Amino acid sequence: MSTNQAMVEKYRNNFLKEVEANVEEGEWVKMCMQCGVCSGSCPLGKFWDHPPQEIFMMIRAGKRDEVLTSSSMWMCTSCYNCIVRCPRELPITHIMHGLAHYAKRLGLVPQNQPTAKFAQLFWDNLMKKGRVNELKLGMALYFMNGFGEGVKVAMKNQKLGMNMMKTGRMNPMEILGGHAVKDLGGFHKVMKKAQELEDARIAKHGA
Amino acid sequence: MAKRQYSFYPGCSSQKGASSSNYLISVQTMCEELDIQLNEIPDWNCCSASIGYAGGGELPRLTLSARNIALSEQHNPGQDIVATCAACWLSTREAQERLHEDQSLLAEANSALAEAGLKLKGDTPIKHMAEVLIEDIGYEAIGAKVKKPLEGIKIAGYVGCQTNRPFGISGESFENPKYLDKLVETLGGDSIPGYEKKVQCCGGALAFSEPEKSQEMVKGIIEAAYDHGADMIVTPCPVCQMNVEVYQDQINATYGTKFKMPVVYYSTLMAVAYGRSAKDAALNAQIIPAKQLEALAAK
Ligand code: SF4
Ligand code: SF4
Ligand code: SF4
Ligand code: SF4
Repeated sequence: MSTNQAMVEKYRNNFLKEVEANVEEGEWVKMCMQCGVCSGSCPLGKFWDHPPQEIFMMIRAGKRDEVLTSSSMWMCTSCYNCIVRCPRELPITHIMHGLAHYAKRLGLVPQNQPTAKFAQLFWDNLMKKGRVNELKLGMALYFMNGFGEGVKVAMKNQKLGMNMMKTGRMNPMEILGGHAVKDLGGFHKVMKKAQELEDARIAKHGA
Repeated sequence: MAKRQYSFYPGCSSQKGASSSNYLISVQTMCEELDIQLNEIPDWNCCSASIGYAGGGELPRLTLSARNIALSEQHNPGQDIVATCAACWLSTREAQERLHEDQSLLAEANSALAEAGLKLKGDTPIKHMAEVLIEDIGYEAIGAKVKKPLEGIKIAGYVGCQTNRPFGISGESFENPKYLDKLVETLGGDSIPGYEKKVQCCGGALAFSEPEKSQEMVKGIIEAAYDHGADMIVTPCPVCQMNVEVYQDQINATYGTKFKMPVVYYSTLMAVAYGRSAKDAALNAQIIPAKQLEALAAK
């Protein structure tokens, strides 16, 4: 049984409970009073199928699939407009990130969601060396939708790349090694342990 | 005067050969002039910014920042941590607050850190460089060092989101922060207090993954600066700087605009106003040259 099915079984008709137990800061959702201020605050609001207020309403209404397969929370730019305006002080930004992460864990992210892909590349890049290698990240990004598409995107960004290189803000040598933490062994051990503890925490809530 | 010492978290984008390496140069110049000593946190790692959430769960993300803070406590004890990147500052400070509130998370983060012999107390103040300037140094001391006032240069203060929310600079409002304008005036330039896009989001990390959507917002940010007769835009954040400066060619191609608006850091302005060279201000790293600053630096 997939994790997703296990969670469906476990929480059956109570998606709110599922969110409270499994989504970062999810216990705040019930505090929303549906005033709509957050929905008017998202800079990319017109591209959200369901703005934050609606997402909170849908969670309470048990619309599990619609919420978790939505691309909405992936449109969050982390601008924190909503957080400073919400009369109930919900950590909306973090709930959006938490929902996105939970959807990803369950394998429910819409295919080719660009921010989901980029964010995963970013994380993988960082986990390798402890620091982000912008050039490798850039290359991976160009090619994340396949080779043909990658060449097109790369061509479009070629001038930008040249500009960055000329001004010393992009170093092609980075591809050969680049920046890293020195105590890489220690870094990896720390992150491995953190992941184990995270998994144990999830297992407690999980099926 | 004795030097002020801070534990410095530069962040990935300020590394040599990375997209905001120029920021670091002008910050160093500014700090020399203001007698600030930055002690880099040895062997710091990336914080995963606001985009780590897809791959990283709560604890792994918090642990990244916990490692940096623990290293700072160990090697630079008693020093406030200062970051120059808004995203670095935000995620580090947010991580410390979250770990403070949740003792069981803190215990878990510490048992992860123990794998590398580290331990987090988590009581170090974490500041953005703008806070250091405004709260620790103050406008008066900043103004006292000016040798070449930025006379006749009209500068739009673009604060962006994350230097401003959710923490912000003490005494400033979220909707209309005025510190960049005050800084511009302190350096002898002309500020634009009515610049309505000062806290508009630029798209942040989504500039990479959703370029069209982000560039539409950046277009508004630049357009408004032109409407007010700005000669350039100043920002306190490397992500803002990059997003607003480097895509102008692409925006021009999409919208038929003719943008050529220089976007500089507060530290660039300060280095020039303090009479330092174009090199010390890292003016050579502007993709869109800030000609008026070049001329002033050459004087
Ligand atoms: S602003 Fe807060 S209370 Fe209002 S709808 Fe949004 S989350 Fe709910
Ligand atoms: S932080 Fe995210 S959810 Fe909140 S207003 Fe910005 S984009 Fe919308
Ligand atoms: S905010 Fe960005 S640049 Fe700064 S350390 Fe984090 S990931 Fe690296
Ligand atoms: S304006 Fe853009 S880069 Fe600056 S803080 Fe906001 S999202 Fe980040």
